[in-house]
Parts: sequence; structure tokens; C-alpha cells
Amino acid sequence: MTPSEAAGKDETIPSPPSRNFLEVIGTSAGSVSERINEFFEWFGNLAIFSWQVLRAAVTPPFEFREFYRQLDEVGSKSLPLIALAGGAIGVVLSLETRYSLVRFGAKSLLPSGVVYAIIHESGPIITGLVVSGRVGAGIGAELASMKVSEQIDAIETSAVNPYRLLAATRILACILMLPLLTLAGDFCGILMGWVAQTLADPISLANFINAGFKGTKFSDFLPPTLKTSVFGLIIGLIACFQGMRTTGGAEGVGRAATSAVVLSSLFVILADVVLVKLILLLFS
Amino acid sequence: MAPINSIPKKRSEDNTRPIVSVKDLHKTFGTQKVLDGISLEVSRGETFAVLGRSGTGKSVLLRIIVGLQQPDTGSVRIDDQEIVGQTLDQMSEIRKKIGFLFQHAALYDSLTVEQNVAFPLQHHRKDMSRSDKQNRARDLLTEVGILENSFQKMPSDISGGMQKRVGLVRALALEPELLLLDEPTAGLDPISSSEINDLILKLQEEHQMAAIVVTHDLYSAKTIANRLAILNEGKVAIEGTFEDLQQSDLSFVREFLNHS
Repeated sequence: MTPSEAAGKDETIPSPPSRNFLEVIGTSAGSVSERINEFFEWFGNLAIFSWQVLRAAVTPPFEFREFYRQLDEVGSKSLPLIALAGGAIGVVLSLETRYSLVRFGAKSLLPSGVVYAIIHESGPIITGLVVSGRVGAGIGAELASMKVSEQIDAIETSAVNPYRLLAATRILACILMLPLLTLAGDFCGILMGWVAQTLADPISLANFINAGFKGTKFSDFLPPTLKTSVFGLIIGLIACFQGMRTTGGAEGVGRAATSAVVLSSLFVILADVVLVKLILLLFS
Repeated sequence: MAPINSIPKKRSEDNTRPIVSVKDLHKTFGTQKVLDGISLEVSRGETFAVLGRSGTGKSVLLRIIVGLQQPDTGSVRIDDQEIVGQTLDQMSEIRKKIGFLFQHAALYDSLTVEQNVAFPLQHHRKDMSRSDKQNRARDLLTEVGILENSFQKMPSDISGGMQKRVGLVRALALEPELLLLDEPTAGLDPISSSEINDLILKLQEEHQMAAIVVTHDLYSAKTIANRLAILNEGKVAIEGTFEDLQQSDLSFVREFLNHS
């Protein structure tokens, strides 16, 4: 038995080379700069992609059939989920607002509190995030799967512009459908808000609506609803971009779907911050 | 058997110029040089097979010819039109003359078998009525032995061999002047491979088009090709008829033929 064996050391595994403080700082700085490069590269590639889609969207031949199909995919098929989410938000807002207002003796303000909160912010943002999850993941996974199985290449070799057929149709469908889905979500939210309210304190739907919309201006309703078109643009663009640049087989498809949801949700929230400020600036 | 409902098409009058002309093509991925000065020509009506070991750049060559990838340097002319550096929309007109069969057929999985074949017609034959397009797609499918009860199936519901046949007729839907086939018999059993070879020969004879076949299946290449080329280390090691290859004394060529 050698002395090192007796000491319990394993001679076959070399110990890692020692690194000094400067080497550690250098390596970390290198990986941080790589990440920063990747960050800007992503935005650069997204800008190029956006330009290609825009050019394809405004030049004929237009893909009306695929566009109508996407209106159905994005709009009709998201409706049940939006209705459910909107309704749930209406109930929660009604319950929470009632609790707060009763404490301050302002119960009569409940209808307008619920309606204002839903049409001004909760409805649009919840619609944006739900659609980002459902539609973003769906588009990201679908296009990623097409990319890895060469279907997008097959479209291109058939002399059809994939940016026009696949991306532009989906993005336009998202832009058009988000405000309509928001309306549906707002409606369900207000309806369920009334149901929650009337179970605690009976009030007719007509009175609830009248009280709720009393004092509500045009600028409280239309700009927040139309801002969801920007959400639709973000969701469609990011989901298509992530899907159409996928590599790496099944793992790549999963990554594309996940990143489409995560990134589009994040940018929807960030865009909401900017848009709320803009709306308040222009309309208040 | 003459093609049914064949679309009359004006072919190029000049049969002396090659349909495909590749000159000094170079392509590198990272540090790996895949194509190192490839030059070749394919005449109208000719079937040209490109062989080589896996990873020698055969599929990359085909993808550059159809414009899916750009070379680092070099020239590719299709029907005397330079395609290197062309935009997507500029390539569209050239691609209407080309049919491409992908290695795994690349059928659109949201469309039925019939809709897959009709896809190029839907987009490029606005002069045809809906029923004409449908009939054309059905006739093409029948021509390659796809039964009517499979027309409305989805690609995932048919076998690999059937997918290849559907992919092949989709590539032929616009009566192209040039057909590119990427490993047409890859993944198929010997009987299906033989059927695909016979189909390619029959369709090539009927439709009178040029074809470039990328394959590592020497028997398939020998059966369907007029001329063959073997790629090695990014270059064309030898080019000629199968007899020319058999008579070559290049060690790589002899080794390739012996192991095939």
C-alpha cells in the first residue's frame, strides 16, 4: 500500500487546477458578455424577421384562406378559456372589492369599481396573458415542429413565401382577435361580478350595469381594449419567430413552445406598463 | 402510361444549354469545409446521381441548388439564371420550375394526402378550377399507386413508402423541368426501394424532366441515373457513367463500389 492509498486519496482523479481571483473574474466577465451579445443578437434577428414578415404581409398574393383559418384558431378556439378566465376575475374582483368597500361604508360604489377595474385593466391584461399561454405555445410548437420536419423548407421550395403563409396570417389574426376576445372577457367578468354581488346583496342586472357604467367615459373603455392589439402583435410575432428559427428536434420544439409563452407573456406585461402610461397621458 | 390530365406546358426551346450549372461551389459550417470547389452540369432530360459517404455534403449541395442555403462562394445557374444571392421572392419564379423530394417527404401534417398534392396547384394555378385541381391531384396519386381510400388520410396515417410517393407527386404537381431528390430510398425496405426506383424512371420518362438524385444507395443510382458523381472530402472525386466508375483506378472509388 502506497502512502497516498493509506491516506485514502484516489490517485486516478486529478485535482482541478487552482484558479486565481483574476481568472475567475475574467471567465465570468466573458460569459456575461456572451449573454449580452446573445441578448442583442436576439433583438437584431427579431427585427430582421419582423421586416421580412411586414414585407410579405403587404405584397400579394395574399393568403386569405390561411388567414381565415387562423382567425378561427386564435379567436373562436380561445373564447371558452377567455370567458372562463374573465368570469373568474369578475367574481374575485367583486368579492375583494365588496370586502374593502363595506369596511369604508362605500358599498354602493361596488358596481362601478368592478366594471372600471375590468374594462380598464384586468380584462385586457388577463386576456393578453391567457392568449399568450394558449396561442403563443400553440403557434410556437406548431411552427417549430414544421421547422424540424422540413415542412417550412417544403413550403419555400414550392415557391410559396413562408413568412406570408405562416407568420403574417397568424400575427394579423392575433392583432384582430385580441380586442374581440377582450370584449368577451370583459362581458363575462362583468356578468360574473354581478352574480357574485347579487348572491351577497341582491341587485338586478340592469341596475348593476347602470351603476357600473355610470361615469364611465369612452376613454375608459376603447383605448384599453384596443391596446390588446399591441398584445396580439407581440404574441404573434414572438411565437412565430421562436417557432420558425427552431433547431434540435423534439427538444427544440419544446424549447420553442416554452420560450414563446415566457417571452410573449413578459413582453405583454412590459408593453402594458408603457401603454397604460401612454393612455393616461393622451386621454386623462 | 401517359399522364392523365397532364397540364400542357411550354418547355424551354433551347435544349443545348444545361438546366443546372454549378461552378466552384464552396461551403463551410464553422470550421468544417463541406463543399470545396464543386463544379458540375446537368443536361435537360438527364438523371444525375450524386453519391458519397454520409457527411460529404451531398444534401447541402442539393439545398444550395434549390436556394435553401447560400454558398460561401461559387455560382449556381438554373435554366441559365443565377440563383446565388437571390431574394425569397426572386427565387419563387425559379422554384416553380423545380420539384423537390425531401428525405422524409416533409408532407404538411395539417393537410390530407390529397390536399398535400394540391398545395402547389392551389397557390400557382389560379387558372384551374377547384375541381380541375382536385382531379389533377387525384390522378397524380393514382399514377403512383395510392388508392382512393387513402386520399383523405393524414400523412401520419400512411406508411413511409406511401409518404415518399405522395412527396414525389407533390414535387411533380407543377410539371417541373428539374426534379431534385434527397435520398429517395432512405429508410425503405428493398421492395419499396425498388418500387420507388421504378416510379422515378417511369415518371422521368413520362414527364421528360432532368433530375438530380442524392443517394448513398449505389444500386438505386445505377438503376435510375444516366451519369453519376462521387463526392469525397468536399470535391467531386469522379464523374461519369457507371461503367466509367467501374473502370476507375482511384482507390477511393474502388473502395466505395466494393462496399456498396
